[in-house]
Amino acid sequence: MSPDKNEDRIRRRDFLRDGLRTVSALALGGAGGLIAAKSTLNRTVWQIDPNVCVQCERCATNCVLSPSAVKCVHAYDVCGYCELCGGYHEPDARETDTAAENQLCPTGAIERTFIEDPFYEYTIIEEKCIGCGKCVKGCNSFGNGSLYLQIRHDRCVDCNDCAIAKSCPSGAVRRVPAEHPYILKGQQGRV
Amino acid sequence: MTQTNADRAIRLVLLTVVMLAWTATGLTQDRFPRPEFETAYQLPRTTTPGPRALFYQILDAAALWIALGLASFFALKTRSRRALFILMILSVGYFGFFRKGCVCPVGSFQNVSLALADASYAIPLVVIVFFVTPLIFTLFFGRTFCAAVCPLGGVQDLFILKPLKLPPIVTQTLRLLPTVYLGLAVLFAATGSAFIVCRYDPFVSIFRFNGNFGIILLTGGFLLLSMFIARPYCQFLCPYGVLLGWLSNLSRRHVKITPDDCIECRLCEESCPFDAIRKPTPAKVPESRRQGIRRLGILLMILPIIIVFSGWTVSRLNLVLSRVHSRVRLAERIRLEDSGVFKNSTLETRTFRSSGTTTQTLFDDAVIIQKRYRTGGWLLGGFLGLVFMLRLIGLSVRRTRTDYEPDRTYCLSCGRCFKYCPREHARIAAPIQSQKEAENETAE
Repeated sequence: MSPDKNEDRIRRRDFLRDGLRTVSALALGGAGGLIAAKSTLNRTVWQIDPNVCVQCERCATNCVLSPSAVKCVHAYDVCGYCELCGGYHEPDARETDTAAENQLCPTGAIERTFIEDPFYEYTIIEEKCIGCGKCVKGCNSFGNGSLYLQIRHDRCVDCNDCAIAKSCPSGAVRRVPAEHPYILKGQQGRV
Repeated sequence: MTQTNADRAIRLVLLTVVMLAWTATGLTQDRFPRPEFETAYQLPRTTTPGPRALFYQILDAAALWIALGLASFFALKTRSRRALFILMILSVGYFGFFRKGCVCPVGSFQNVSLALADASYAIPLVVIVFFVTPLIFTLFFGRTFCAAVCPLGGVQDLFILKPLKLPPIVTQTLRLLPTVYLGLAVLFAATGSAFIVCRYDPFVSIFRFNGNFGIILLTGGFLLLSMFIARPYCQFLCPYGVLLGWLSNLSRRHVKITPDDCIECRLCEESCPFDAIRKPTPAKVPESRRQGIRRLGILLMILPIIIVFSGWTVSRLNLVLSRVHSRVRLAERIRLEDSGVFKNSTLETRTFRSSGTTTQTLFDDAVIIQKRYRTGGWLLGGFLGLVFMLRLIGLSVRRTRTDYEPDRTYCLSCGRCFKYCPREHARIAAPIQSQKEAENETAE
């Protein structure tokens, strides 16, 4: 093998590499452009549609975070401020007081405050809430449905593949525009 | 007594019926009137803490560009392992602990696959930026992304304790895994089934200090393995690394072990924990040229056969593979429940039955998905067959190498080999020496 023949071979290989590089750069640019054309500048985040949610309690356990990024929230203008609350009390509660055995919430995350006779305000203590939705089920069954589950975006890490969305039996978790990151009930949801 | 019992039973039945009716709708009920407060009570508002600001996403993209630029500069220009190491730690801090992972370039190819396959999926622009940027840099400078930018790689790199040298046959076989993983991940993403690379990401749980038991077990396993097999995920699983490896092969510039000429001293031979240094080929030709050509001819001839065969095989697996899609799983369960194989229902089937969709719609959906898996299976199988055969052909083609050089596909540009090269020490010493000489001259 003569030296110049060898050199020629190296040049040929370099040429091949240059050519392939150009082709892949163009392919990359083309594919990038193609998907960029139908991409969106609008970011999206995960959220639960409370009208589809069936309160299966998986939100509490399937989130990658523990405790879950899903919490119960309260639409105060939907609430009836009842003394006997379907979301707060066990269905077979003996008394309508704040005793632990009468409470539905497994972590005692609902605070009950007396406002005026006969009205009581119910507030979720978010630090304690685990997002199981037991109270939501109770409120939907016996009350006005003012309690509902939402993904809280101060906690949510916005996984590419939301574990809750994948395990939701009713398909209630979907991506929503980041400008309106909540699906709210009551007056706040209408604006 | 019986009176009250019957009473209670009736009440219970009524209650259950009413409950079911109400939960089925799930909508806001006006069962109780809104209270009219006499005191000056103000209705509290539901708080709505916002998601991560858009500003941060722009910052992320900028940080990615800067980090890649710096990594390429440190690897190719200053040849500084120390600088790369510091940059790697900063990247783990920013892209890992601060940004908490998603969306990372490693998982982004799934979003791109879904966007290409499903016209209704609007892919966020930032995901495209994260997918394309490292590929572009690799096309110019090699896999500098792996060296000091990827937080997943960085975490494993910190755990390298005593990397073992695996037998070549084991390494070569395991190196086929990322391609299979890539192919499957694209198939599952494109059919809208799952993003498996994200779901089984073993390192994101570290960045979030959180995760379920299974994932933490996986994380622990990988970190333990990292001590003895350098960057096991990068070497033998990372699907994005496959793309980077292809492009790195074509890169305009690439890290070199020696700063100038290789003197074949063999000192760098054992320096690479990733088994990415190619040795000079022995001078003696081990076989006749004719034999080599003949083997190449045979390989090229069976190439299309292998592609078609493996395409056919994988497309036959569509019924199994499509079970990754929840809709198909649901349809199968419903069918088995209806035919009486399963006596009890699951949460999924109960929810489906109360949703009002007919089972026929569900079955039709499942059939469409299974058909998509048939087509996807042909593509996946063909792709795997092609890659496998190209690997075989690559092994059978003789290349002459006179120097020790990095294997462009597998070299992560980490710069560990630099300091093993005596020429590198000469290069570092050169400016000091010339400075000393200059000082001597002035002294004289």
